[in-house]
Amino acid sequence: MAEIKNYHLNFGPQHPAAHGVLRLILELDGEVVVGADPHIGLLHRGTEKLAETRTWLQTVPYLDRLDYVSMMCNEHAYCLAVEKLLGVEVPIRAQYIRVMMDEVTRILNHLLNIGTHALDIGAMTMVLYTFREREDLMDVYEAVSGARLHAAYYRPGGVYRDLPDRMPQYQTNRFKNDATVKRLNAAREGSVLDFIEDFTNRFPAYVAEYHTLLTDNRIWKQRTVDVGVVSPEDALQLCFTGPMLRGSGIAWDLRKKQPYEVYDRMDFDIPVGTNGDCYDRYLVRMEEFLQSNRIVKQCVDWLRKNPGPVISDDHKVAPPSREAMKGNMEELIHHFKLFTEGMYVPPGEVYAAIEHPKGEFGIWAVSDGANKPYRIKLRSPGFPHLAALTEMCKGHMIADVTAIIGTIDLVLGDTDR
Amino acid sequence: MSAKLERLRQKLQEVFGDRIGEPMISHGEVTVMARAANYRDVALELRDHPDLKFEQLIDLSGIDYSAVAGRGAGEPRFAAVSHLLSVTHNWRLRLRVFATDDASPILPTLTGVWRGANWYEREAYDLYGIVFDGHPDPRRILTDYGFVGHPFRKDFPISGYVEMRYDPEQQRVVYQPVTIEPREVTPRIVREEGYGKADGRG
Repeated sequence: MAEIKNYHLNFGPQHPAAHGVLRLILELDGEVVVGADPHIGLLHRGTEKLAETRTWLQTVPYLDRLDYVSMMCNEHAYCLAVEKLLGVEVPIRAQYIRVMMDEVTRILNHLLNIGTHALDIGAMTMVLYTFREREDLMDVYEAVSGARLHAAYYRPGGVYRDLPDRMPQYQTNRFKNDATVKRLNAAREGSVLDFIEDFTNRFPAYVAEYHTLLTDNRIWKQRTVDVGVVSPEDALQLCFTGPMLRGSGIAWDLRKKQPYEVYDRMDFDIPVGTNGDCYDRYLVRMEEFLQSNRIVKQCVDWLRKNPGPVISDDHKVAPPSREAMKGNMEELIHHFKLFTEGMYVPPGEVYAAIEHPKGEFGIWAVSDGANKPYRIKLRSPGFPHLAALTEMCKGHMIADVTAIIGTIDLVLGDTDR
Repeated sequence: MSAKLERLRQKLQEVFGDRIGEPMISHGEVTVMARAANYRDVALELRDHPDLKFEQLIDLSGIDYSAVAGRGAGEPRFAAVSHLLSVTHNWRLRLRVFATDDASPILPTLTGVWRGANWYEREAYDLYGIVFDGHPDPRRILTDYGFVGHPFRKDFPISGYVEMRYDPEQQRVVYQPVTIEPREVTPRIVREEGYGKADGRG
């Protein structure tokens, strides 16, 4: 009898379905995966070590570069940790802005996830639709922070500035004529809040479009139903959080269970899956679109009615206004000290976690009283999810590996840190 | 919230007695200290005791305390710190265990308690050199293939020891000693006691 040996396949690090630089050593028996060994660290930048050499404030932009599709959520966890150590009160308006931008970020993240997941397993059109909506939300990011991706908008003590009164508009150029520009600018005549509200009104119809494209699509179901099934017990053992945990039927969401900021005032539901397969996790994410949309709506309503400060007035933590700085010696000193030496954080350690679009994003911050962190540990949600890839892939066909990588919602910047 | 924390603290004392250090509460978080000898047993009981039920290991990481301000002589250098979460009772716990030997830190593995500990312990080994005894797959995880040293230790320079470049003559990537100097723009300062106070020294 002929001797049959398993063979190994090197998947990535340059592979369009690897979502970045993931190297996967697959052990195959014919087309069936018998083992998978993810090699990560190709994008390891040592963010935690870098943070030890920067002041508390200088670390904020590094956080954007972790999970580079949900930037503000990363900053949020860090700001919560620093605020907890300092004992700083965040103005209520800043809390609402943070919640609203977190939910905008969640929509952005899930749009990318569902679009590319579908693209990976053969539904080319999805990504074109989801990127259409991402474009609008990217513009929101740009309007509030000045940057489409690496926002650095949340600061310890609040947010960098209030929401602008004007939404940037398109201009006529050789690619866009007057009629197109007029159509594109229709929703951009008012403030950023007007634009976001207009988006939340349009968005449920878009989600319905995605449902018609995918939810009952038989190819999509063949590729995702009963693929990568994780039981609730396994999900807990494997440190799953977020949609991965909820997809397995455990109703766990930090926004409900351990509410931070103003989530306890929001009215929303937690979708839960039943089978724990890729299809259920997809459905959970689809429902989270609508729930996030609801939260954004409530925030817009509140923000319209309640003006106020958006950053703490403790000038040991947050800079004074530009105007005060120019006319007042003490404010000038505060400004200078804050941006040269940085803030001093009392000794102690805290763990602050938020419900990041991918799961629980936590920061364990240790301070020994210096102007720099002693140790920052970033608990990224993607890391344990990817660790479970081996177990999820075992016994599946090689084509299902792509479906499972897609459902993990993998971003290597987040996993490798 | 504080009543709940107090309940957790009492439960911990009831269940473990003097097997763990006094549970500490600060910033609304509970921290307990285990000894390397009973680390695994404590973890198992934390997971399985019906009043505690920490089903989930949220995070496990290493830390090097060698440069912390106010560190006493002879205090151990390396620790593994895990953050646990109970989905049933909705509470969190921080579990710290020091490795007694600074030169070759060894701790028992938790992979048998929470399967998800596997990669976290690989990471702690890679970055801090803490060896987890009994770990099924003790390889490096984040650093390069063939990396030497443990980069997150406080005595490891931020610029590293080697750098990589493409050598056109050999037509391959080569490693060479780093050519950049470590640079610190803002010095690290810990202010003395009473700084800025009217009756203080500062």
